Amino acid sequence: MSAALPHLPKLLASVPAPAARPVALRLDGVSKRHGAGEDAVIALDTMSLSVRAGEFVCIVGASGCGKSTMLNLVAGLDTPSAGQVHVEGGRPALMFQESALFPWLTVEENVAFPLQMQGVGRGERKQRVAELLAMVHLEKFARRRPHELSGGMKQRVALARALAQRASLLLMDEPFAALDAMMRDHLHLELEQLWQQTGLTVVFVTHNVREAVRLGDRVLLLSSRPGRLVAEYQIDIPRPRRIESTEVARTAREITDRLHEAARGAGHA
Amino acid sequence: MPESLVGPPLARARLHAVGDGSTEDSEARSQQRTIAGPPVPGDGQEPPSPTPPEGSRLGALWSGLWPKLAALALALTIWELVVLSGWRPDYVLPGPGAVFSRLWTDLLSGDVLVAAAITMKRALLGYGIALAAGVAIGLLMARVRVLRTAAGSLLTGLQTMPSVAWFPLAILLFQLSEAAILAVVVLGAAPSIATGLLNSFDQVPPLLVRAGRVMGARGLGLYRHIILPAALPGFLTGLKQGWAFAWRSLMAGELLVIIGHAPSIGVRLQFSRELSDAEGLLAWMIVVMLLGVLVDGLVFGTLERIIHRRRGLTGLHG
Repeated sequence: MSAALPHLPKLLASVPAPAARPVALRLDGVSKRHGAGEDAVIALDTMSLSVRAGEFVCIVGASGCGKSTMLNLVAGLDTPSAGQVHVEGGRPALMFQESALFPWLTVEENVAFPLQMQGVGRGERKQRVAELLAMVHLEKFARRRPHELSGGMKQRVALARALAQRASLLLMDEPFAALDAMMRDHLHLELEQLWQQTGLTVVFVTHNVREAVRLGDRVLLLSSRPGRLVAEYQIDIPRPRRIESTEVARTAREITDRLHEAARGAGHA
Repeated sequence: MPESLVGPPLARARLHAVGDGSTEDSEARSQQRTIAGPPVPGDGQEPPSPTPPEGSRLGALWSGLWPKLAALALALTIWELVVLSGWRPDYVLPGPGAVFSRLWTDLLSGDVLVAAAITMKRALLGYGIALAAGVAIGLLMARVRVLRTAAGSLLTGLQTMPSVAWFPLAILLFQLSEAAILAVVVLGAAPSIATGLLNSFDQVPPLLVRAGRVMGARGLGLYRHIILPAALPGFLTGLKQGWAFAWRSLMAGELLVIIGHAPSIGVRLQFSRELSDAEGLLAWMIVVMLLGVLVDGLVFGTLERIIHRRRGLTGLHG
């Protein structure tokens, strides 16, 4: 399964060996069927994987590979038809392709929402929201309403809101897919820095292979219909990475070729 | 182990700016400048400016007002022309001049105020009960699927039934009393409010519900914090329709259920007809219309404008 890339030197010697860190998320033979009987669609087929604490894992696959189904299962929004999902450290935070900000609340009220749900007091809420908005450089927009923000700003508010949940696991469902390239590059850097500074575990779903290679410690490749884990790549390119760099491009090409192969395989089946 | 992952204090995690200039500054600057600056690693598009300049606001007020005034003038002119044509003698169909001077005297004498107070009190009471009942029924039907299947068509039936048709039964049950009027007002408005609430729930974006659930909103909290506020614009439409039904039922009720010691607007209308007082009749009709416009525009219109402005749904309101 694991396809280590021989031409890439291992440079992350300072980081504790990933194998030494505890497991933050584990899927054991998880399957998900939608519907019943003849019409049943298998969205996920006996998927097993584990993500270590502090790891940044990207999941890549063509549409219909059950990426979103998997995130729903991990987020506890859905239950698997078979197998087990283990999540350490309570309910994970989830970020979507659309910001899903609440239009009736201001930016700061949106970020305060998960804190309010957790019963955090007003004073502490205020302070934490200010810190979180500073982290995403939006402290000047605290009193604005979501419709007054651009797409990139909305996603940063959504990120601040996800971080407010204080979950140790952050799930991201194509969060930058609707943004222009420049904004996306910028948010990649911001996310990478936040991840390095907070020690979060991130599971990032995308259909953009370069984005996956740009961000991930590991890239998991899923096949379509049914969603199945077909390959796994350890990405050892030193950070901060650039999406235009030749190493990223080369690795992305290799993964893309494998992805096409998987898609053809699914087509023949 | 989970706690160790929660990470260092957030202050430490504060990001440092990318490159040389700080992102927050360059982005804020790009906000203030309306001309395009050098490419900023911020956002492609500028957020819209929240308020238009003062001058254009006055202009907008006028551009909203003059067509209304013109339409009013046109209506009054047609009325006057019909009167002048001699189609009916003017003791049956008086012109606008006579009617408005009559309205003015009734206003000065306090009759209008007394009648409007009686009628509005009934309207508010009836609407209040209908609101409580409608919301309760709507919530219950939204929560319990089988109830919705069972009572859905019944609710639609109630809503389409002209509420005047309830009066004979209401009079049998409650005699000629306040209770009879109130019952029909509630029956007229509550189904609309319940249906409006249900429909507005159906239109809540599922993504917002998912987001709310991920962040820990469950059960009633999900309704309170996500579904109700998300449904508010749609629910307001139901509330408005409920009001229209309540107001119509009330007028019908006041004409049919005459309570002598309570000179409501309906009683005034009925007495004017019995006394062949056409001027008074038309003056009271204008009072009915003005009250309706006032509540619709002032109460519901204002609520709608506030909600739409806050959520950036101003496409239809300019």
